Amino acid sequence: MAMDEIQKTLLEQVADLHGVPEGAYNIRSNGGLAGRNTTANIDIVTKEDKPGIDIIIKPGTKNESVHIPVIISQTGLEDLVYNDFYIGEGADVVIIAGCGIHNGGDKKSQHDGIHTFHIAKNARVKYVEKHYGQGDGNGENVMNPTTIVEIAENGYMEMETVQLKGIDSTERVTNAVLGEGATFIVHEKLMTHGKQHAKTGFTVDLNGDNSSTNVISRSVAKDSSSQLFLAKINGNAKCAGHSECDAIIMDDAKISAIPEITANNLEAALIHEAAIGKIAGEQIIKLMTLGLTESEAEAQIVNGFLK
Amino acid sequence: MVDDEKDKHKEILKNISLKIEDGKFIAITGPNGGGKSTLAKVIAGIEKPTKGKIIYNGTDITEASITDRARMGISYAFQQPVRFKGIQVKNLIKLAAGDNMSIAGACDILSEVGLCARDYINREVDASLSGGELKRIEIATIIARGTKTCVFDEPEAGIDLWSFKNLIKVFEKMHNEKDSSIIIISHQERILNIADEIVVIAGGEIKDKGKKTDILPELLQGTGGCKFNCD
Repeated sequence: MAMDEIQKTLLEQVADLHGVPEGAYNIRSNGGLAGRNTTANIDIVTKEDKPGIDIIIKPGTKNESVHIPVIISQTGLEDLVYNDFYIGEGADVVIIAGCGIHNGGDKKSQHDGIHTFHIAKNARVKYVEKHYGQGDGNGENVMNPTTIVEIAENGYMEMETVQLKGIDSTERVTNAVLGEGATFIVHEKLMTHGKQHAKTGFTVDLNGDNSSTNVISRSVAKDSSSQLFLAKINGNAKCAGHSECDAIIMDDAKISAIPEITANNLEAALIHEAAIGKIAGEQIIKLMTLGLTESEAEAQIVNGFLK
Repeated sequence: MVDDEKDKHKEILKNISLKIEDGKFIAITGPNGGGKSTLAKVIAGIEKPTKGKIIYNGTDITEASITDRARMGISYAFQQPVRFKGIQVKNLIKLAAGDNMSIAGACDILSEVGLCARDYINREVDASLSGGELKRIEIATIIARGTKTCVFDEPEAGIDLWSFKNLIKVFEKMHNEKDSSIIIISHQERILNIADEIVVIAGGEIKDKGKKTDILPELLQGTGGCKFNCD
């Protein structure tokens, strides 16, 4: 597989990869397949009816990982993929997705990924997704990821999403349905700057007894960027749900947080927390008394917050 | 002289004339609301005086920023230390030391302030820490800086008795080994006891100043208490 420097940088940013990864992988570059590897336990199959792949993980697969990065370096490319993950009973795997766009032209580059997770009984998945944009052109970088999650009895999914730079517009949708004893945990980190806009919406249906979810979002909005955070948890059984949005607002940014919790069962215990505020003056003063300038102090506070 | 933020005409400090010699240990004491913390903030550059001058090592620093004063060698420990989400104890100590500090060095400092390094080095300086823990981490940042001038605003507040003994050792060590000038705002007799000089501030003015042998007996006599009769 031949990659140019731009493609290599993107790959490093979104997947911490310095070349071809270990284990199973599927690299999609400018709308086409750039490399694939399957293992004895993990199969990757190209869909026939629409763009995208099926990732099939055999029951009982342990300590294996799948990398599925997408990189776009061609301006004006609008890419839409459907990726389906079938995680077999009792498996325990890490899936690393991510999309990097380098847009050096004047046209809009867009990647919309629709990821569906079918997590079988007792299976565990850690899903990491990073989004990154760069480019010196005037073309917009747009990413609209959709994640659909179904977790069967005692299944577990932890989702980590990070978008810190260069995406002009994003609309992120995550919908999860949980069965008995299932757990769904989300850690979202988001930073917007310039005139960027980010909308992120989570809906979690806690349908099984003893199911639980924890949706945690930390974000920073700089310059004149805007963010909208929506988190909806429906407690339809004996369950526990918690959502937390913690945001730092800077400059002329705008942030809205709309948490919603609905209990349809007497035994549902649901909590939401949302806080938006600027960096506390005291925090900046403390770091200045350590010898940092005001802007160095601000950068340390933001970095720590999004770490 | 410093104006109150809410009331522009209120004087918090007036006629303050105080000279702190190199390597001296000064304790500032006096009633609550008397202007002690404001004086400490004026030294660190957090509050700006409306009149008067602050000279540090022969240089007029009245207009110098907090950062400039920190870089010149002034350290300031907050009375109520600040919490940071996501910043770990080791990050804060490294920032204080100016990044030249190893993890082992940071651990030694934590031990000095009575915190087991293993349990604290990777903790976040956030709401999960108690007031006393936070206070000791605040003191650790001052040790890490190792500057010639250290200002502490009521370091004993929130620290239990056992730790208090160790805290005294920390100040003595700073004073003896590093030859730092130490300014501590305190109400604690044991801190006043180890000071070279005691300054009493009340009503925004220096009411008394001198050797502990002269000042301490007067202070401990008290003011005769409250005369209000509830009957």
